[in-house]
Amino acid sequence: MLTNKERMKIARQGMPQQEGSTRVNNFSEVNLGFSEELAKMEALRCLQCPKPICIEGCPVGIKIGDFISLVAEGDFLGAAAKVKEDNLLPAICGRVCPQEEQCEVKCVVGKKSEPVAIGRLERFVADYEREHVGIRTPEIKTKTNKRVAIVGSGPAGLSCAGDLIQQGHDVTVFEALHELGGVLIYGIPEFRLPKEIVKAEIESLKKLGVDFQKNVVIGFIDTVDELLKNGYDAVFIAVGAGLPYFLNIPGENLNGVYSSNEFLTRVNLMKAYQFPDYDTPVFHCKNSKVAVFGGGNTAMDAVRISKRLGAEHSYIIYRRSDVEMPARKEEIHHAKEEGIEFIYLANPLEFLGTKDGWLKAVKLQKMELGEPDSSGRRRPVPISGSEYQLELDMAVIAIGNGSNPIIQKTTPELQFNKWGNIVVDNATMKTSKEGVFAGGDIVTGGATVILAMGAGRKAAAAINQFLKNKNLELH
Amino acid sequence: MPQILSAKFIAPNIKRFDILSPKIAQRRKPGQFVIIRIDESGERIPLTIADSNNENGTITIIVQAVGRTTMELNMLEAGDTILDVVGPLGKPSEIEKFGNAVSIGGGVGTAIAYPTAVALKQAGNHTISIIGGRSKEFVILEDEMRNVCDEVYVTTDDGSYGKKGFVTDQLKELILHKKIDFVLAIGPIPMMKAVAEVTRDKNIKTVVSLNPIMVDGTGMCGGCRATVDNKTVFVCVDGPEFDAHKVDFETLDRRNRTYLMDEKISLEKFQCESEKHFQRK
Repeated sequence: MLTNKERMKIARQGMPQQEGSTRVNNFSEVNLGFSEELAKMEALRCLQCPKPICIEGCPVGIKIGDFISLVAEGDFLGAAAKVKEDNLLPAICGRVCPQEEQCEVKCVVGKKSEPVAIGRLERFVADYEREHVGIRTPEIKTKTNKRVAIVGSGPAGLSCAGDLIQQGHDVTVFEALHELGGVLIYGIPEFRLPKEIVKAEIESLKKLGVDFQKNVVIGFIDTVDELLKNGYDAVFIAVGAGLPYFLNIPGENLNGVYSSNEFLTRVNLMKAYQFPDYDTPVFHCKNSKVAVFGGGNTAMDAVRISKRLGAEHSYIIYRRSDVEMPARKEEIHHAKEEGIEFIYLANPLEFLGTKDGWLKAVKLQKMELGEPDSSGRRRPVPISGSEYQLELDMAVIAIGNGSNPIIQKTTPELQFNKWGNIVVDNATMKTSKEGVFAGGDIVTGGATVILAMGAGRKAAAAINQFLKNKNLELH
Repeated sequence: MPQILSAKFIAPNIKRFDILSPKIAQRRKPGQFVIIRIDESGERIPLTIADSNNENGTITIIVQAVGRTTMELNMLEAGDTILDVVGPLGKPSEIEKFGNAVSIGGGVGTAIAYPTAVALKQAGNHTISIIGGRSKEFVILEDEMRNVCDEVYVTTDDGSYGKKGFVTDQLKELILHKKIDFVLAIGPIPMMKAVAEVTRDKNIKTVVSLNPIMVDGTGMCGGCRATVDNKTVFVCVDGPEFDAHKVDFETLDRRNRTYLMDEKISLEKFQCESEKHFQRK
C-alpha cells in the first residue's frame, strides 16, 4: 500500500492526444484516452478520503473513490460497473463534462498539487468496457406497467430514461430529429465526442428496453396533454434550448453568416464536412477568413471545425477578456494549439457585405473592462473612436440559445418564465402541470451536458415517486 | 419507414406522391409542411403537404425536380420507402371568412396553394383560383381546383393554354371587376413579389408562403431566417406564411442562392452516378 505522501508524489498523468498540426486536417478525436498503465498510475493518486468531497461536485453523484480504487486494482470492468450505478452514459460524460469545475475542483489532492484526473478515468473505464466486453446493462426491477413519455433524446432525456427503465417503468423517448442524442449529435463535434460512442451508449438504453421514436415533434404530432390522455402516466420535457440568439446588428442576414446551431448541425448531424458524399453543404471555409462570435464551448467547437474545414484564419471574437471566457480551459488550450486566433475585448457593430449580398467584413469596436455586472464578471465598456474593420468570409454567432416555442405554444397550462423557460420546483423538476416534469436547457437556459443529466436523474427520482404515490392512491 | 403508396408524374418533372403516414395525415392543417430525408447521406428538405387522406392514412406531396434531392425523390416509385418524414411542421394557414378570396399558384406552387384554397372554401369564402404555368403541361391540379373553387382561371406564359400572360395579369383584371378581400400567392419568388405589388396599393390582404433553405424545421438552427417587417423571423416556426406586403423578397432570394455552386456539384455527381448505375444494369 502506498502512503498518502507517496501518492501525492505521483504526477497527474497527461492525456495522450493527436498533435495540433495533424488533427487540424481531420475530424478524428483529439484526445486518445489513457492506456491501462496510465489509468492505474493516475488511480494511485487518489487518497481515498474517508469523507470524499469530490462526489459533492458531481451532479449525478458518481461514487468516485470506489471506482478509482477498482481502477488502481486493475479491475476495470468492476470500475465501469461502479460508475454505471450512477451514470449510464460514462463514455460521453468522461469526454464532455467540465470536471475541472465539478468533481476535480473539490479533489483534496488538488489543494497541494493537481487534482486526480477523474474525468479521464471515467472515460477510460467506459471505453475499456465497451471495447473489451461491450456495454453491459444493469438489471431491471419488476415491470410496474407505468408509462413515461420523455420529450427529447438529449442528455437530460437519456439520463432520465436510463433511471426510469431500471425502475421497471415503460419509457418512450420522442426525438424531433432523425438521429438520437440531441446536442450530443448535432452540437458537439466528432473530434470531441465521436458519434459512434454516443450511438453505443444509446444502444445500451435500447437493450434495457427504452423505446425511441425519431422524427416526432411533440406539440405538433401529439401535444403534452394528448400524451397524458393517451396512456402515459407522466411526461418529462427535455427539449433543450434550441432557438439561437443573434446579435441583432445590421448585416446579420448576409450570406455566410450562420448561427452556431446551424453551422454545427450542418457539419455534425448532416456531415457537411463530407460533402458531396453527404448531400448537405456548408460554407467552403478553405483558405477563407472565419470569425466565431462568443466565448463558450459552442464557440470553440465551431471555430475548431472551421480550421478543420481549411480556413486560413479562424478567429474567436469575444467582447470580454480571456479571464471571463466561459469555455473549458481544455477547449481553449486545444483551440490555441490548433492555431485559432483569439481577439478579446472586441464587440461587433455591423456586418458588411458585397454587392451580391455575401459577407465581406465586420465592423468591430474595442472594449475595456469596467465594473462587475450581475454575472460577477467585469462588464465590457466600449472605447469610443476605436472602431475598425476585419475582413471576413464567414461568421458564426455563438452567443447562446433562447428557448424553443413549440411546447409553450401547444401546452397552455404549463408555466413559463419571461425567457420562455419552463418553471419547475428545483428539488423535483415538477412543473405547474400535474404529471409533467421538465429539465435540462429548457429549464435552465443553455448549460452543460452533465447539468442536464443531473436534472434528468432528479426528475427520474421524482417521477418514480410520483408513480408510486399514484399507485397507492389507486389501492 | 414511410412507404410510398402511389407515385405519378402530373407534369414534366413534377411528381405526385401519396405517402403512408397516418399520424401526420390526421394532424396536418393547410399550410403546414413535412421535412423529408431520402437516405443516410441525404439532406433534409421541406415540402408542403398538398393533401391528405385519413382513410388511407396518406399525405400527398408534389415535387418538382430541380436539384439533386428532388431529382432522386422523383425517381422513387410506389412501394419504395422514404427514410425520414417528419411533420406536420410550421404554423397552419390563418383561414377566415374574408369574402372573395383568391388563391394563386404559379407552377408547382399550385400544389401548396391547393390545401389552403380548400380551407378557404370550407370557411365560406367565394373562392377563386388562378393557376399559372410556363406552358400547358405545367398547369397542375386544375381539376382539383375546379372541384373546390367557385371560379378558376388559367394562364400560361406562352399562351398554349388558358389566357396568355402571367397570373398577375389575371389578378389585375379580377380586381377591376370585383372587390377582392384576400389573396394567397404561392410560386416562384418573382411571382409572389409581383402579386404583392399588384395588391399593395389596393390594401388587399395578401399572404405568401416562403420557401427558404431549412435544416431542422423546428426553430433550432435559424438557417431559414427571413426579413419580414424589417424584423428577422424563422420561417419554419413563425411561418411559412407571411404578409406579402412586409416580406423582403430580395433577401429571401439572395439567401436561397447561398449554395448554388454546391447544388450544382451535388447534382452533377448524382447524374454521373445514376448514369453509371444504369449502364451497369
